[in-house]
Amino acid sequence: MTMAIKPKHQRLVLILIALAALIGAGLLASWALRNQASYFFVPAQMVSEPPAVGQAIRLGGMVEKGSVKTLADGVTTTFIVGDGKARVPVHFAGILPDLFVEGSGVVAEGRLSADGTFVADNLLAKHDENYVPRELKDMSEHQAREVVAETTGGGA
Amino acid sequence: MIAELGLAALWLAAALAALQLVAGILAQRDSGASLAMLARPAAIMQGLLAAFAFLMLLVVFAQTDLSVKLVAMNSHSEKPLIFKLAGAFGNHEGSMLLWITIMALSGALIAALERRLPEKTMLATMAAQAFVGLGFYAFLLFSSNPFERLPQPAPEGMGLNPLLQDIGLVFHPPTLYVGYVGLSVAFSFAVGALLTRQVTPDFARAMRPWVLGAWIFLTLGITAGSYWAYYELGWGGWWFWDPVENASLMPWLAATALLHSASVLAARDALRAWTIMLGVIAFSMSMVGTFLVRSGILTSVHAFAVDPERGTFILVLLTIYIGGALLLFGLRAGTVSEGERFSVASREAALVFNNVMLSAILGVVLLGTLYPLVTEAFNVRVSVGPPYFNPVGALFVFPMILVMMVGPLLRWRRDTISRLAKPLALVAAAMAVGLLLIAVLSPVGILPLLGLVLSLGLAIASLMPLRGRKLRLLPIATWGMIMAHFGIAVALFGMASESAFSQEKLAAVKVGESASVGPWTVVLADVVPTAGPNWTALEGRLLVSYKGGTAKEIDPQSRNFWAPPQETTESALVTRWNGQLYAVVGREAGPGRWQLRLWWKPFVPFIWYGGVLVALGGVLALIGRVAADLKRRNVKSRSALRRTEKAA
Repeated sequence: MTMAIKPKHQRLVLILIALAALIGAGLLASWALRNQASYFFVPAQMVSEPPAVGQAIRLGGMVEKGSVKTLADGVTTTFIVGDGKARVPVHFAGILPDLFVEGSGVVAEGRLSADGTFVADNLLAKHDENYVPRELKDMSEHQAREVVAETTGGGA
Repeated sequence: MIAELGLAALWLAAALAALQLVAGILAQRDSGASLAMLARPAAIMQGLLAAFAFLMLLVVFAQTDLSVKLVAMNSHSEKPLIFKLAGAFGNHEGSMLLWITIMALSGALIAALERRLPEKTMLATMAAQAFVGLGFYAFLLFSSNPFERLPQPAPEGMGLNPLLQDIGLVFHPPTLYVGYVGLSVAFSFAVGALLTRQVTPDFARAMRPWVLGAWIFLTLGITAGSYWAYYELGWGGWWFWDPVENASLMPWLAATALLHSASVLAARDALRAWTIMLGVIAFSMSMVGTFLVRSGILTSVHAFAVDPERGTFILVLLTIYIGGALLLFGLRAGTVSEGERFSVASREAALVFNNVMLSAILGVVLLGTLYPLVTEAFNVRVSVGPPYFNPVGALFVFPMILVMMVGPLLRWRRDTISRLAKPLALVAAAMAVGLLLIAVLSPVGILPLLGLVLSLGLAIASLMPLRGRKLRLLPIATWGMIMAHFGIAVALFGMASESAFSQEKLAAVKVGESASVGPWTVVLADVVPTAGPNWTALEGRLLVSYKGGTAKEIDPQSRNFWAPPQETTESALVTRWNGQLYAVVGREAGPGRWQLRLWWKPFVPFIWYGGVLVALGGVLALIGRVAADLKRRNVKSRSALRRTEKAA
């Protein structure tokens, strides 16, 4: 190699290259984060400021009582996620998570399709007492009670 | 009584850590201080006492002593003994006790075995280890006492999360913790070397086996954890970019970089300040990981309990240790004189490049993990997953792998790329052929395609250092490097293949009907109820055959635990040399029809084979280094003996 670096400056050059690479990585990461992070929506937001069709997002809310239906193929489930202000129909092909229950919270990962249904790739339900999706934990404080009250007609 | 014994042992261990700290500090002023003699015995006793405390915790769990709060909260009398024992660390308090036990035992090991460092540096190192230990003793004793009694014994325990009731719990957390916490030794070494201004090749040689040891366990722990998540969660994935997975990956990245920069320091006396920096960063990442997991600010399956007080406590510890160590580094880095120089084409330069790439990947993972916390502060809730981590990570992983092919072939200090033209041309040709073949045969996505091609290139290139060498004379440590690099190629191949060629089938079938996925035909023969010690289940009897061959029965289950009440899916797997069939049985979809989810994942086990190979490479390197070191010591002592004989 003919690239000659003045030996005196080698340490400085190394530091500069390392810094440049790390700052580059940081900038790239923050740019990618802004574009690739999937935003969390509640049903009310889905109506007031809907995401772009096809953009990966998470939808969180309560599974409306009586809305869960299995289609004829036996593996596609449809249900409605609501927060008391709005209702979003969800379409999910797959095995339902163990704690997916009507009237309980769910976070669906997926995207809005052109016809207004939300197509979920993955459902996160409450795992156990200790594991609640982060978004739902907040919800249970702010909204859950009224949501449950509304969707169950004041029961619970 | 047993719980009180454990607690007493913990307090004693903490007191010994304080003694060790004081002894180490006083000895810096006056190396003849009588207290200095106490540092090593104190460290060893501290390790034994912490281990004793942990043993006592195992005993109360084995006996299901329901007057101990932790047992009542997390165990159950009807649980199999192995899960009672493993349940001791399947919770916050127990896992922190495991943490401190491993930390104390690593301290005891350096005190007992490490004789290469100058005594002052050694004492400073032990003082640093004790200082970090004290913070965690305080955390355990004041905010997470595992031995706390209940005013009234509980009638029955609340049970252990069924997802954790798996043989994976027995191995995964202890292995991971040994790696995680074992890195504390690197941290203490770095601090000790900075305090006594002894950043030398000898220091790197002394530190390297300890880092290697921790790194081997960390590698195994991550590999085991990935496989555990793969078969236990029933989602078919092997890495979810869950904050906790990231928390174990980050120290691994830093430790990997540290291992390589330490070998540059040991062999060539270059990269002094950088090696110290990495020593600090590696364990800092372990602590950041613990903070993320234990504070509950990021929820995941690993977060046992959410308690803001604990989060604050760990945050304070983090600030003191990481901040303190970085401050010390900032103050002393200027006094660490520059090491030997090297040219752009040299093994040092390749290692520097890979170190920078590893650090960049570490940065990418760290930013992605913390980003949801940052946006949360602005009331925007996001989650960051594969669409971010995979491409951005690959952007740094792929160049790193290219340089990994060349680096081991280069000579130290100065070399020319043209000397390596032949072997590199061979590797490049193999990659080009691979690229063409895959592109023609089955078009796959760009990332998996590059992954497949690079894994092929790396697999060949990693064997190149064997070229023209007498295999019998090759040092064991070199075999270790070759095996570890080859393991990376194997793992990368598995990852790329899984993402490129996986096939999935979702179907609702009646008993007697069949479904097919890839080359497999799966017949649902029966669905029967079955029961275990603390669960009942519906079990699917599946007859599976590969390309119409003889059928084999596998039995995935959907289990119902009653303490605590929870359902889990137990996947069933068939492993062939060329991949794995993964089957999950779901709910009843209408009368007599059952949901089946099937995956055919070509070469997926290579991911974990690769992980094991990498760890084995580490073991070989460790054996090689320690053996060489013992030899050197023997020669030294023999020549010293001869000298004294001559003098006499």
